[in-house]
Amino acid sequence: MQEAVLALLAKEPSHGYHLYARLRRALGPLGESMNRGQIYVTLARLERAGLVAGERAEGLAERPERKVYALTPAGRERVAAWLGEVGWPKPDLAEFHLKLTVAAAARLADPMELVAAQRRELLRRLREVQRAALAEPAAPGAGLLLEGVVLRLQAYLRWLDACERAWSGAGDEVEDG
Amino acid sequence: MNRSGAVLRARGLVKHYGRGQSLVRAVDEVDLEVPEGQTLAVMGPSGCGKSTLLHLLGGLERPTAGEVWVAGRRIDTLGERALARMRRRSVGFVFQAFHLVEELSAAENVELPALLAGHSPREARRRAGLLLERVGLAGRARHLPSRLSGGQRQRVAIARALVNDPLVVLADEPTGNLDTAATLDVLRIFEDLRAAGQTLVIVTHDERVAATADRLVSMRDGMFVDDTRLAAAQPRGLGGLGGLLGLEG
Repeated sequence: MQEAVLALLAKEPSHGYHLYARLRRALGPLGESMNRGQIYVTLARLERAGLVAGERAEGLAERPERKVYALTPAGRERVAAWLGEVGWPKPDLAEFHLKLTVAAAARLADPMELVAAQRRELLRRLREVQRAALAEPAAPGAGLLLEGVVLRLQAYLRWLDACERAWSGAGDEVEDG
Repeated sequence: MNRSGAVLRARGLVKHYGRGQSLVRAVDEVDLEVPEGQTLAVMGPSGCGKSTLLHLLGGLERPTAGEVWVAGRRIDTLGERALARMRRRSVGFVFQAFHLVEELSAAENVELPALLAGHSPREARRRAGLLLERVGLAGRARHLPSRLSGGQRQRVAIARALVNDPLVVLADEPTGNLDTAATLDVLRIFEDLRAAGQTLVIVTHDERVAATADRLVSMRDGMFVDDTRLAAAQPRGLGGLGGLLGLEG
């Protein structure tokens, strides 16, 4: 969630409650378990790490809800690195989904490009596993484990196809709002 | 061989079906070059035009516009007989549904294109014997297709595709009807062909088949939308494989 919050700040500084609302909208039913407190905990952590800077709005009491958060240069670098990361072998679907959503909203990257990059990387990995599987004799053993990895990679690749279908042509309509 | 060393070359390739309101642009301005020894996979959803593209490249269908060159020779302008001769000598086809002649044995199926290409019965027999051994079916040479499993039939079909030493093998969903074990058998044969320098174009929607290629193009609505080199720049060791399996951390 930290990176998603950072990415949301890439377009413009924002209040915690606004970030919370956007994350919940992006995650749909999966976001229902999120509470507003988590956002402030996350923002506080990011601030301590020097990735965001919080600024108190004028004339208001010192409370996290009143702060406007902005990315620091280090935070900006972290966002760029995160967009390029491939989550394998522990793919986090919600994270990639958020990546697409915030990248489109903040116009950080073309979602189609993110999907294509992710697919290329997974196909390279599938190629390696496939080659290892082909080198194994057809007996249950390591081959069975490799088969499991192949199936998991395939499932992820098919989900990427679904992402591509959903985001193709949606590029210009996706506005923050 | 032409100067570029490309076994297959297509320029501005277009194939339309129907017309007016019902016009389908199955292949829409495709440019392609397949160098000798490359394994190219073409992926895309059903109806994206990938099978049509394969048919155009192999001279099974004629393009609406554009050019197809096989080993430096333009084929889309050839007459029917010259085209049929070119297909027999230069292209090996592998189909999803095998297309074996049910009345002929495995060996006879493999021999048939060799005989049609003008080889002597003795030479055709020699070639079929070697190829059936190569695909692991030496012991089934006399079997009729009906007595073979799906995977075995496809291996016979691959042997048949190779019998005239084609410049390129074109495979259309070669594992579409096969289970996992048979798919791996077919992929092992393709891997063997790749190592031997055979040029190969595979149309597939199976990611595991596509992943064995050197290069992967994705097709949507008759056009290429992505082009990926899959061959790793530097081979990763076992540590890399451990990473793939998630064994590290």
